[in-house]
Amino acid sequence: MLKQCEGSHAVASAVAMCRPEVICAYPISPQTHIVEGLGEMVKSGKLAPCEFINVESEFAAMSVAIGASAAGARSYTATASQGLLFMVEAVYNASGLGLPIVMTVANRAIGAPINIWNDHSDSMSQRDCGWIQLFAENNQEALDLHIQAFRLGEELSLPVMVCMDGFILTHAYERVDMPTQEQVDAYLPPFVPRQILDPAEPVSIGAMVGPEAFTEVRYLAHAKQMQALELIPQHAAEFQKIFGRDSGGLVRPYRCEDAETIVVALGSVLGTLKDTIDEMRDAGHKIGVLGIVSFRPFPLQAIREVLKDAKRVVVLEKSLAVGIGGIVSTDVRMALSGLHLHGYTVIAGLGGRAITKASLHKMLQQAMRDELEHVTFLDLDHNLVKRHLEREKQKRRSGPMAENILRDVGVVAARIA
Amino acid sequence: MEKPFAITLDVGSSLANHTGSWRTKRPLYVDRLPPCNNACPAGENIQGWLFHAEAGNYEAAWRVLVQDNPMPAVMGRVCYHPCESSCNRGQFDEAVGINSVERFLGDEAIKQGWKFDAPPKASGKKVLIVGAGPSGLSAAYHLARLGHQVTIFEAGPFAGGMMRFGIPKYRLPREVLEAEIKRILDMGVVLKLNSRVDNILDSMKSAGFDAAFLAVGAHIGKRTFIPAGSAAKVLDAVGVLHSMEGEEKPMLGRRVVVYGGGNTAIDVARTAKRLGATEAIIVYRRTREKMPAHDFEVEEALQEGILIKWLSTIKQVSDAGALTIEKMALDDKGFPQPTGEFETLESDSLVLALGQDVDLSLLNGVPGLEIKDGVVQVSPALMTGYPGIFAGGDMVPSERTVTVAVGHGKKAARNIDAWLLGSSYEAAPKHELANYEKLNPWYYNDAPKTMRPMLETLRRQSTFDEVQGGLDESSAQFEARRCMSCGNCFECDNCYGVCPDNAVIKLGPGKRFEFNLDYCKGCGICVSECPCGAIKMVPEEV
Amino acid sequence: MPFQPVKFYQTGTFTVGNRLLAPEERTVQANMQRTNGLNSGHRACQGCGEALGARYAIDAAMRACNNQLVAANATGCLEVFSTPYPETSWQIPWIHSLFGNTAAVATGIAAALKVKGRREVRVVAQGGDGGTTDIGFGCLSGMFERNDDVLYICYDNEAYMNTGVQRSSATPPAARTATTMPVGVEPGNVFGQGKNVPQIAMAHNIPYVATATVADLHDLEYKVTKAMGMHGARYIHIFVPCPLGWGAASNDTIKLARLARETGLFAVYEAEHGEVTSVSKIRKRVPVEEYLKLQKRFVHLFGKTPATETIARIQAMADRNIRKFGLLEEEGV
Ligand SMILES: Cc1cc2nc3c(=O)[nH]c(=O)nc-3n(C[C@H](O)[C@H](O)[C@H](O)COP(=O)(O)OP(=O)(O)OC[C@H]3O[C@@H](n4cnc5c(N)ncnc54)[C@H](O)[C@@H]3O)c2cc1C
Ligand SMILES: Cc1ncc(C[n+]2csc(CCOP(=O)(O)OP(=O)(O)O)c2C)c(N)n1
Ligand code: SF4
Ligand SMILES: [Mg+2]
Repeated sequence: MLKQCEGSHAVASAVAMCRPEVICAYPISPQTHIVEGLGEMVKSGKLAPCEFINVESEFAAMSVAIGASAAGARSYTATASQGLLFMVEAVYNASGLGLPIVMTVANRAIGAPINIWNDHSDSMSQRDCGWIQLFAENNQEALDLHIQAFRLGEELSLPVMVCMDGFILTHAYERVDMPTQEQVDAYLPPFVPRQILDPAEPVSIGAMVGPEAFTEVRYLAHAKQMQALELIPQHAAEFQKIFGRDSGGLVRPYRCEDAETIVVALGSVLGTLKDTIDEMRDAGHKIGVLGIVSFRPFPLQAIREVLKDAKRVVVLEKSLAVGIGGIVSTDVRMALSGLHLHGYTVIAGLGGRAITKASLHKMLQQAMRDELEHVTFLDLDHNLVKRHLEREKQKRRSGPMAENILRDVGVVAARIA
Repeated sequence: MEKPFAITLDVGSSLANHTGSWRTKRPLYVDRLPPCNNACPAGENIQGWLFHAEAGNYEAAWRVLVQDNPMPAVMGRVCYHPCESSCNRGQFDEAVGINSVERFLGDEAIKQGWKFDAPPKASGKKVLIVGAGPSGLSAAYHLARLGHQVTIFEAGPFAGGMMRFGIPKYRLPREVLEAEIKRILDMGVVLKLNSRVDNILDSMKSAGFDAAFLAVGAHIGKRTFIPAGSAAKVLDAVGVLHSMEGEEKPMLGRRVVVYGGGNTAIDVARTAKRLGATEAIIVYRRTREKMPAHDFEVEEALQEGILIKWLSTIKQVSDAGALTIEKMALDDKGFPQPTGEFETLESDSLVLALGQDVDLSLLNGVPGLEIKDGVVQVSPALMTGYPGIFAGGDMVPSERTVTVAVGHGKKAARNIDAWLLGSSYEAAPKHELANYEKLNPWYYNDAPKTMRPMLETLRRQSTFDEVQGGLDESSAQFEARRCMSCGNCFECDNCYGVCPDNAVIKLGPGKRFEFNLDYCKGCGICVSECPCGAIKMVPEEV
Repeated sequence: MPFQPVKFYQTGTFTVGNRLLAPEERTVQANMQRTNGLNSGHRACQGCGEALGARYAIDAAMRACNNQLVAANATGCLEVFSTPYPETSWQIPWIHSLFGNTAAVATGIAAALKVKGRREVRVVAQGGDGGTTDIGFGCLSGMFERNDDVLYICYDNEAYMNTGVQRSSATPPAARTATTMPVGVEPGNVFGQGKNVPQIAMAHNIPYVATATVADLHDLEYKVTKAMGMHGARYIHIFVPCPLGWGAASNDTIKLARLARETGLFAVYEAEHGEVTSVSKIRKRVPVEEYLKLQKRFVHLFGKTPATETIARIQAMADRNIRKFGLLEEEGV
C-alpha cells in the first residue's frame, strides 16, 4: 500500500510490523519521531504485546535491550550521535554476547561543536563494534532494511544497526510502499533465540574469557559477519519474492558497467549522486555510482567486482577520520588491493552541509581530469580556514609572556635543545 | 541449546575446579571436654545427656546419664554440683542448672519406671562390696553392668549409707533414695543388710569372692575436749541424724546448740528446728566466708530461723547446759585467735558436728595396707595395698561427698573388672578442655537461670517435707537448652552455613558434618563461627 | 530485628540452623537440599564475604520463587570469581553484561518476561558497591524510578576490590585503599559526606529497601524473602567484609560484619515506600576501635601515637547512626 509519510513514521510502522517485544527509548534528535511513534502504538495497545520503556540514558537503552534480548524478547531501540556514543560500551557488549538487537541510527554529527544535523560520524565511529551496519538510501529502503535486519540478526545472533540519514530521511515526507502485516509475518519468523535466560535450562551468559580462547571468540564474531555476506543477498532475494521490491543486498551499482570513474557512497547522498551521474552520462562521461548498503560486513569482493575495471574511484563520505581522511575510502582501498587505479577521498556533507549537484559536478570533473586532491573537503571555505590558521600561528608564536621571558634568558631553549 | 563458544557456560561447571589445593590449613571437627564433664567427680557426660534433654528426649538423656551415675534423682538433690561452678555459661550469664535438670531426669525415670538395661552375660566372677552407701552402690551397679556377680554386705538395717543416715529427709526424701537403690538391686545385686563385716579377709574367703570393694564411709563422730558437767547433754551430729531414721526421734530440747561449721552442723541445726527447738544456734569459730558449709545451705538455714554465732568457741558446758563461749578474732592470716572475752549461752543440748572418722576395724590383720590420717591409702586404681581389695568413698583420702563416692564406685568397678581379667584399666585419654575462650558466645541467647521452687518457710520450720522442689518439664527443658554444648557439636548448622565455598557437607540429623576438602580453601570461618568450639584448624601436611 | 526468638532454643535464631528449631524456622542455608545457587569451585579469596553473601541471598531468593530466578550481574569480584571461562559457579540463568548497567539489564529481562507472560520467573540484579553506588548508579536510579520489577542486591565491601582495592563512594573515611593511601595530612580516605545508597533508594519511595549483613543470616533471608514476595523495584544492601581488601584475617569475615553492626557503623533496617519499618537493634554495643583494629586498612590509626581524633570522628559517625536509626534498645525508632 502506497503511503505518503515521514521517514520516521515509515520506519516506526515497519518496526511495529516486526512485532518487537521490548522497545527502549531515549530522546535525541533526529531519532525521536521513530520511538515516539512506537511509544504511542504500544500505549494505545495497537502494538501488543510489547513493553515500551522510557529509560534514563542511551546506555540504559542499550542495556535494557541487552537484558530483554537475552531473555528471549525481540528488542529494538533507536539513537543518534551523542546518544550512540553514550551507549558505546553496551553496543560492543550486545554484539559480543551475540544478541540480535535491532537499532536505528538516525545519522547525525558528533560534537563538539554540538550539531544536530546529518553526517555519518556516529555510525562510523562504531564500525568495529561487531554490529552489522546497513545504510539506507531512501525511506523505502530504510523501512525495508528494518524488516530484513530483524531476520538477519536473529538468524545470525548478531545485532544490526540500520543507519538512515538524520533529517534528510527521518524527517522527509516521501511516498513509501507500506507492506502488510501478512507480508512481514511471512518473511520474518518469530524470534527463536540461540541462547536464553530461562530457569528451565539455566546457563551463564557473559563469562570472562582469557587469552586461551579470546582470539577464537573474536574470530567467530568475524566468521559470523562473513556468513552475513552470503545471507544478505539471499535475504534480499527472498524479500523481493514476498514484497516485490528489490531492497537491501550488499551493494547497489548504478551505471557502472563501462564506467571509468565510479563514485562510492552510502546513504541518502546516493540519490543526488545518481541524478548528477545521469547528467554526466548524458554529457558523455563514462561515470557510475556504487552504493554500499552493507558497510559491516564490508563486501570486499562485491565492491572489487564493480570497481575492478574502472580507472578511478571517488569515495564520497559523510565522515572524517581526523588525521588521515576517509573511513570508507580506507576500506574501499582494501577491496582494490593490487589494482592500479586512482583513488580520491571526498569528505562531504559534514554536520548537515548540503551536497549540491553543482558541487558534485565540479568535483567530479576535477576527478576525471585527475586534478582532485587525494583528500578533498567538498565546498570547504578555504579562505576562512586559512585566515584562522594564520591567526593561530601568530598567536602560538607569541605564546605566554612568562615563557617568552624565560626563552629570552635561554632556560627553555636549553631544555628544548 | 547451542550456546555461543566460551561466552556462555553450563551451570555448576565450576565443580571441576578443586579449590582445596589453595589450602595451607585445614579445619578438623573435634570433641573437646566440656568443663562440666571435667569437673564432675562421678565423670558424668553432662553435655552428652543435656543434648538429649534439649530435644525433649528425656529417656535418652537419662540413659546417657546413668552410664556413669546410677542415681540421678539423688544426685539432683544432694550433689554440690561442681559442674555448675565450672560451667562456661557462668562467664556468659549464669551457669546452667545442671543439677536441676539431673533431678528432673531422675524423677522422671522413677515416675516412668525406666529400668537399667539387663547386665550382659555373667563373667562368673564374684565381688564383695562392704557398705551400701553411695560408693558401694555405685560400684555394685557398675560391676553388675560388667557382668559380675555382686554381693553387698551392709552393717545397717537399710541401704544408703550417709544418704540415709546423714542427709536429712527434707533434702532427700527416702522414697527417692529407695527407688534408686531398688533399681540397682533389680539388676541382680545381692544386698545383705544387718551384715557387718568384721574381718574382710574372712568374709571374702567364706563365700569365695574374687575381689572386694570397701566403702564403709566415715561414721565415727569426732570429739573435742570440752570440760562438761556430768549432767550435760552432749551429743554427736551423725548420731543425732542417724537416730532420725529410727523409731525414737532424738530428744534435743527447746534450745539446741550445734558446734561446728560444716554441712553436717547445718543439717543438724535444721533438723533440730524441725523437731521443735525454739532456738537452734550454730556456734562457729570463724566467719561466714571461712565456713566450710556451702553458702546456699547457710542461707537456707538462716531463712528457717537458725541462728549462727560467728567467731565463737565453746569453752565449757555446765550441768544445766549453760555454755561458756569465748569470742574469737581473726589474725592477719585468717586464723581465729582467742580474745579473752566470754559470754554465756543457755542450752538444753549441745550437738558436736566436728567431722567423722573411719572405723577401720574390719581391716585388722590385712597385710600390706597403709593407713594415714585415719584413712586407707589406695593406688590411682583405688586398690589398697592388698591385691584384690579396693576401697573408695569417705574411707579413702578424698573430698567427702556423695558424688565423689559414686565416682569412686565407678572407677573401682572398672579397675576391679580389669583386675579380674588380669589386665589393667586404661581410661580413654581426656580430650582437650573446651574452655570459654574456645567458644563463640555471641550465638547463645541470653537466658537467665531457672530457679527451683522452694517450700514456704513455715513448713520448712515444722515439717520434714522436701525444701527444694523440682523443675517442671518445660523449665527443665529450658534449662537444658541453656547448655552451650561446649566443645561438642550440637548441630546448629553454622559451619554448614557460613562456608563461602560450600565445603561443608551436612550428613543429616544426629550425623553431624564433614568437610569437603576438594573445595575447602581453609579460610577458618567455620572455626571462628562455631559457637561451641568443636572445630579447629590444623596445618596442612605437605 | 524482625526475628525475635519466640521460644528459647539455646542459640535461637542466631545460628544458621539448630536441630531444635522447627524446619520452617531454620534458614535456607541449614537445608540439606539447599540449592547452592553459587556453587563450589568459585575463585573468590579465602573467607570472601561477597561469595558468602551472594549464596545466602540467591539461595533465599531461589526458595522464595521456587527456583524461577534469573540474575543479572555487574562486573566485579563476584562476576570474575564465579564465571571465568570455561567454568561457572552459578546454578541459575545468569548474565553479565557490563560494570555499570546491571539494573538496566535486569529491567530488560523483567520486561521480556512480562511480555512473554512468564509472571512466575523473577529477576534479581546484583553488583558490588562500585557497580552500585558509583558507575551503575544512574541505571539503578532509573530502575527505581520506573519501579521496574527487579530486586537489586548490592554486595558492599566498601571498595573496588576486583581492580585491586581502590576507593569507591562506599569506602569509609580513613580507610586505606590503593587510591587513598595512608600518607599526607589526612591519611586514608577523606571524610566526605558519604553516599548512603539505601537512603537514596528510600528517597525513590520504592516498595522495599533493606540493609543486611552476612553476620545475621536469619535477618538477611527474611529480607530477601520479603522482597521476593513483592513486586516493583526493591533494593537490598548487604554488608560483606572483604578479607583481602580490608587486610583482615580470612576467618574474621563474619565477626567484622557483626562488629560493623554492633558498633553502629552499619545500620541494619528495612523500609517500605520510603519509611523505615524496622531496625535491628544493637545487641552488645562495642566501641569502633574493636572493629577498626581487626583491619589493616585502618592500621595507621593505631600507630605509636594513635589517631585519637580520627577514631573519635569515626565513633561519632557510629553514634550518629545509633541516634538516627534508634539502634539501641532503649531508644525508639
Ligand atoms: C549430715 C551429712 C550430710 C551430708 N550431705 C551431703 C550432701 O548434701 N551432698 C554430698 O555430696 N555429700 C554429703 N555428705 C557426705 C556424704 O554423705 C558422704 O561423703 C558419702 O555418703 C560417703 O559415701 P560412702 O559410700 O563412702 O560412705 P557412707 O555413705 O558412709 O556409707 C557407708 C556404709 O557402709 C556401712 N558400713 C560401715 N561399716 C561397715 C562394715 N564393717 N560392714 C558392713 N557395712 C558397713 C555403713 O552402714 C554405711 O551404710 C553428707 C554427710 C553428712 C554426714
Ligand atoms: C566501565 C568500566 N570501568 C571500569 C571497569 C573496571 N572494573 C572492573 S570491576 C571493578 C571494581 C568493582 O568494584 P565493586 O563494584 O565494588 O565490586 P567488588 O569487586 O568490590 O566486589 C572495576 C573498577 C570496568 N570493568 N568497566
Ligand atoms: S577481593 Fe574481596 S570481594 Fe574480591 S574475591 Fe577476594 S575477598 Fe571476595
Ligand atoms: Mg566493592
